[in-house]
Amino acid sequence: MNSAAVGLCVDQVHVWRGDRHVLKGISLELRPRELLHVAGPNGAGKTTLLRVATGLLRPEQGSVAWFGKSIARAPSEYQSALAYASHETALKGDLTALENLRFMVGMKRRAAPAELRECLGRAGVAGCADLPVRVLSAGQRRRVVMARILAARAVLWLLDEPFTNLDAAGSALMSALLEDHVNGGGMALVVAHHDLKLQATQRRMELAG
Amino acid sequence: MNVGAWRAMMLILNRDLRLSFRRPEQVLQPLVFFLIVTTLFPLGLSVQLSLLRDMAPGVLWVAALLSSLLSLDSLFKNDADDGTLEQLALSGQGLVTIVIAKTLAHWLVSGAALVLVSPVVAIGLAIPVSAFATMLLGLTLGTLTLSWLGAIGAGLTVGLRRGNVLLSLIVLPLAMPLLIFGAGATDRAISGTSAAGALYFLASLCVFTTTLAPFAAAAALRIALD
Amino acid sequence: MWTWFYRLASPPHVYRVAATLIPWFLTAAAIAIGYGAIAGLVFAPPDYQQGDAFRIIYVHAPSGWISMFAYSTMAVAGAIGLIWRIKMGHAVAAAAAPIGASFTLLALVTGSLWGRPMWGTYWAWDPRLTSELILLFLYVGVMSLRPAFEDASRGDRAAALLAIVGVVNVPIIHYSVLWWNSLHQGATVAKLGRPSMPPSMLLPLLSMLLGFMCFFGAVLCMRLRGEVLNRERQASWIREAIKS
Repeated sequence: MNSAAVGLCVDQVHVWRGDRHVLKGISLELRPRELLHVAGPNGAGKTTLLRVATGLLRPEQGSVAWFGKSIARAPSEYQSALAYASHETALKGDLTALENLRFMVGMKRRAAPAELRECLGRAGVAGCADLPVRVLSAGQRRRVVMARILAARAVLWLLDEPFTNLDAAGSALMSALLEDHVNGGGMALVVAHHDLKLQATQRRMELAG
Repeated sequence: MNVGAWRAMMLILNRDLRLSFRRPEQVLQPLVFFLIVTTLFPLGLSVQLSLLRDMAPGVLWVAALLSSLLSLDSLFKNDADDGTLEQLALSGQGLVTIVIAKTLAHWLVSGAALVLVSPVVAIGLAIPVSAFATMLLGLTLGTLTLSWLGAIGAGLTVGLRRGNVLLSLIVLPLAMPLLIFGAGATDRAISGTSAAGALYFLASLCVFTTTLAPFAAAAALRIALD
Repeated sequence: MWTWFYRLASPPHVYRVAATLIPWFLTAAAIAIGYGAIAGLVFAPPDYQQGDAFRIIYVHAPSGWISMFAYSTMAVAGAIGLIWRIKMGHAVAAAAAPIGASFTLLALVTGSLWGRPMWGTYWAWDPRLTSELILLFLYVGVMSLRPAFEDASRGDRAAALLAIVGVVNVPIIHYSVLWWNSLHQGATVAKLGRPSMPPSMLLPLLSMLLGFMCFFGAVLCMRLRGEVLNRERQASWIREAIKS
């Protein structure tokens, strides 16, 4: 049992989308060296829960805390500790992969181009660094997203369906990166509709529809 | 270690300007629209030079307003569509910083470009060269104010399907004082009287919107990202 | 002390309170408008310059005031909804918008009809008229923005933000006759110190204003009840309320 302090704490969160009560009093806790897999059918609110965790979506009731402090009070502190990957790749098609990384990671910390190239290399798309993203395949773009997550050096990873569009090698790489991250002291909240084949400590949370 | 607001703004400016120059047609189209609209009036009305001169400030400013509106739709929309806006919102920099940087980048390729092209249009509309200084100053202040107002409108309509129509509906009433004083300043400069009063008013409008609009636009984006 | 404020946030409470207020507002409106109309249209002496044409002031001036008051109400209610996340604030804002827009239109039309005998034109682009017209466009903008969103809550918040941004226009309308050389007559009533109107003309005018305010209150309460019903249609208390 992990006795470290609770990192991310989502407490009794309720969210309505129009008339739909999407999240009904959901709570979760995430400690360092833990991975939480959020599963459930379509429309169960997995993405909504993830967005509540990022702080983009303010729940109608309930709260989110990071190491005891409410994220609503110190948002920029929380944001510098997290890396978020949504359904969209959030890459600009007209910029090269390296430029995309430079602009996105650069907002959070100074990173030398050499270091960013290394991250692209680890993700297996070193050769794409100077190509505009619009010429890359969907799988390659996902790998660029992986590189971005790596380069962010964030403690908390919030990932929405990170295995989309990845082939077997890509999926294996993503799993390896997750394991390295968690074993190295990080935390991850992963939304995936399939099972994660990981060796790291993972808990599973099922959201009902 | 964290990145300061100034450096973050420079990064966003760099990024947006780079993106604009890689799609030059998106920058040029509103400018061409501006040129075409200002040509329509003299052609359509086949007026004498003196009457053209009387209409010129109004025509110039209405054309500037309409062509600015064309490009405002894309201020936040591109980033919202591909998920980049969310990433910017989560970058730790605060939405106000992001709004300021993006609006300035947008103004540089739309409003400022318009100001640079305006002497050409002014000659076509028979505006005397003596009025150019007032016209340029007025247009600079006016297009900047319009960009700020447009940022509020763009932030409010970013997620909507037919957002550009609503955008115009929201921004134009707010921009009417701009039009009145901007055209008024140019008009006074043409007739030789002092345009100082109108220009001061334009400047105060500009300062007012520059200080408050970023907060309103950031609040609008927060609603859209919800 | 703040319990009454928080109770206002409760939809069933708002629904009941609005219902009880409506007959009071309507009665007060009928009396005030009745007196104001008769005293103003029949008994007040004709203006030394304009003759009987000035009597349209008894509809025009109150409409103008209500148009500004309604917008301010809409902006404040929207702000309450936005800042304190009290949903009834958004309901009040949504209820007030069309009423305010109608009064703005009434002010513009009656003003236009008055302009013809007074200035010789149905319209002039002077600061007060222009800013009142801008107010109408702002109303239309807010009323168009709210339904454009699929998520009603998002639409409410966006409309509230727009209303707050546009509230800058309200003091401009009011002070425009003071700040600029305007064709429109200056302030005759809302001046500090003694108003420059004789009591026989002033009292009916104030009565009409009071009557219009009560009428606004009554219609607002009616529309508010409709808004509450629509917004709370899933809630359980609705069935009880409709039966009674």
